[in-house]
Amino acid sequence: MKTCFAPTIWKILGLSLLNLAIFASPALADEKKKKAKVKETSETTPQMNVTLAKVMKNGFITCGVSQGLPGFSNPDAKNNWTGIDVDYCRALAAAVFNDTTKVKFIPTSAKDRFTALQSGEVDLLSRNTTWTLSRDTSLGFDFVGVVYYDGQGFMVNKNLKVTSAKQLDGATVCVTTGTTSELNLADYFQTQNMKYKLVAFENNDETIKAYDSGRCDVITTDQSGLYSVRTKLKNPKDHMVLPEVITKEPLGPAVRHGDHQWADIARWTLFVLLEAEEMNITQANVDQVMKTTKNPAVKRLLGVNETLGGKLGLSKTWAYQVIRGVGNYGELFEKNLGMKSPLKILRGLNSLWNNGGLHYSMPVR
Amino acid sequence: MSKTFTKLGDWLKTNLFSSYANSFVSLVLILLVIWTLPPLLNWLLFSADFAGNTKEACDSGGACWVFIKVRLSQFIYGFYPTSELWRVNLSLIIVALGIFGSLSGKMGPKSWWLIITSTGIPLFVWLFLTGSLFGLTLVETSSWGGLLVTLVISFVGIAFSLPLGIILALARRSSMPVLKVLSTIFIESWRGVPLITVLFMSSVMFPIFLPEGWQIDKLLRALLGVLFFASAYMAEVIRGGLQAIPKGQYEASDALAMSYWQKQRFIILPQALKHVIPGIVNNFIALFKDTTLVSIIGMYDLLGIAKSAQSDPEWLGYTTEGYVFAGFVFWIFCFLMSRYSLSLEKDLTKNTH
Repeated sequence: MKTCFAPTIWKILGLSLLNLAIFASPALADEKKKKAKVKETSETTPQMNVTLAKVMKNGFITCGVSQGLPGFSNPDAKNNWTGIDVDYCRALAAAVFNDTTKVKFIPTSAKDRFTALQSGEVDLLSRNTTWTLSRDTSLGFDFVGVVYYDGQGFMVNKNLKVTSAKQLDGATVCVTTGTTSELNLADYFQTQNMKYKLVAFENNDETIKAYDSGRCDVITTDQSGLYSVRTKLKNPKDHMVLPEVITKEPLGPAVRHGDHQWADIARWTLFVLLEAEEMNITQANVDQVMKTTKNPAVKRLLGVNETLGGKLGLSKTWAYQVIRGVGNYGELFEKNLGMKSPLKILRGLNSLWNNGGLHYSMPVR
Repeated sequence: MSKTFTKLGDWLKTNLFSSYANSFVSLVLILLVIWTLPPLLNWLLFSADFAGNTKEACDSGGACWVFIKVRLSQFIYGFYPTSELWRVNLSLIIVALGIFGSLSGKMGPKSWWLIITSTGIPLFVWLFLTGSLFGLTLVETSSWGGLLVTLVISFVGIAFSLPLGIILALARRSSMPVLKVLSTIFIESWRGVPLITVLFMSSVMFPIFLPEGWQIDKLLRALLGVLFFASAYMAEVIRGGLQAIPKGQYEASDALAMSYWQKQRFIILPQALKHVIPGIVNNFIALFKDTTLVSIIGMYDLLGIAKSAQSDPEWLGYTTEGYVFAGFVFWIFCFLMSRYSLSLEKDLTKNTH
């Protein structure tokens, strides 16, 4: 009996393993297949304007955030979530519920964030995700705007007397290996026709230690990361981030493709934050401005006599609620990333368009 | 006095300086200890900061344990609401009682405790912590974290993987072909993939296959994945023990006209399990440490929460302290498990001889 049975066992075993390999491989390596699968489901189940209804029914927004990125989303010692990505979700909750606490934060990893949004586990992904064509299309998402314009930069010790990345010819550069930063670095120095010496490390902490101990002249990663690296150095004030940004990393919130109403709400909430800064409306003065303003644009924004909110399926004063709840974009930036935070990031590209930056709100009217 | 010195001298001579080569190795090692231990202790304790509540309190150059102190409750409970922490504490006490009862035998029959600990208690703790029964405030598993998640996953993994592993091992050695094939397929499939793949499948692929609007709790999905994974390994460890039992034992119990279950219960399993205690505990320890992988699917276990604490802008730059603390806690649990397995082995050897 044993002898006649053994081959069958192996056949079945082989088949089952093969099956398993087919199922399991996309999860690890073959991203393409996974994305294709994701797309299939999103196409077969169109989600027309269901998110707002679901959110209303639940009484809160579920917001996918990062497990920990300084200044963007991070739980503090008292279990409160902090960061600009987090505050954007609060703004959204203020727009929908007039209550910044009606949001549930779901920490997602870099790997499971897309499924979390696809499967409906989160209503929105506000998790320093770079807006790219393939993510916008084949993953079945819609990016609603840009919360933070990031990009790869360089940090040097001030005593090198370097003020521009173009003066870095022949420099020794510390980088974490296996990241896109390493590739972008090579590209940049090649196009600038400069030479450099690479010192690569397995993890970020090693890279930072090496830079701090003077093993290299320059350290490179995304600019927002460089600022948090700087606070970890022995003498943060001796180091400066160079102005050049060599890659484009627009980080923004994403929603599921197909639910245009929810995408509109998310998009215009972001615009309200920017528009409020442009109109100098802050969390502190919004009540007063609402009462005293004669500016028709401000009146429109705050819903004094127009009901723009209704077009989104929200209340008349939705924009007022947002500003009242969290403040304007400039306030959020300074609190989480800028001079009022330990990171001390300069506005740079993240200034409003009329201050030389890239943030530009479409007219709220 | 001089006698003790000669004794010490003898001991040194026999153990450290018995030959030129040994003396050399001893000297090198002693130098290494002298070279590394003082700075290490200095960093860990003597010049470390314990007092205060802010980053500014850490200025002495040693480890900044303030960072751990400030976040201790977060490291243990994650984001579990502060007003409901008594539920976690009570659950931990119940689980500890259950484990103690099934291990010591001082509080009644071990087997009863074992059954309760591996069936009733996990179920009760799950319902109690989520609050879906008893009319308590609902605490979703997404707000569990830290040591709590580590313990929940490893406890469930440990409590269920042993019985499941025994059943699988017996099935794989059984003479019933269907049972045998099914169990072999199960074991080899789970054993053939890395745990990280299992976790990815449970968190990334599985929800895609579910109908729209269906959701199974993320922690529960990960738990099941870990459990099946662990039980497959456990089955193979136990099969090793079963194979070590001489044929005579089977024949003798057959000769006594014992039923299959009587034979396993009284003759085979007690001996087989005793043989593989180190292997079983080895699996438990590995499972306990493997729980850290869940941070890849967006859950905060102890290590994950230590990592997220390191990226708090107010507390940047205390990476080492976070890792040392997490490592220390893991070490305590693993060390306890390995000590227990040693004492269990001693107990069982005493009984047989």
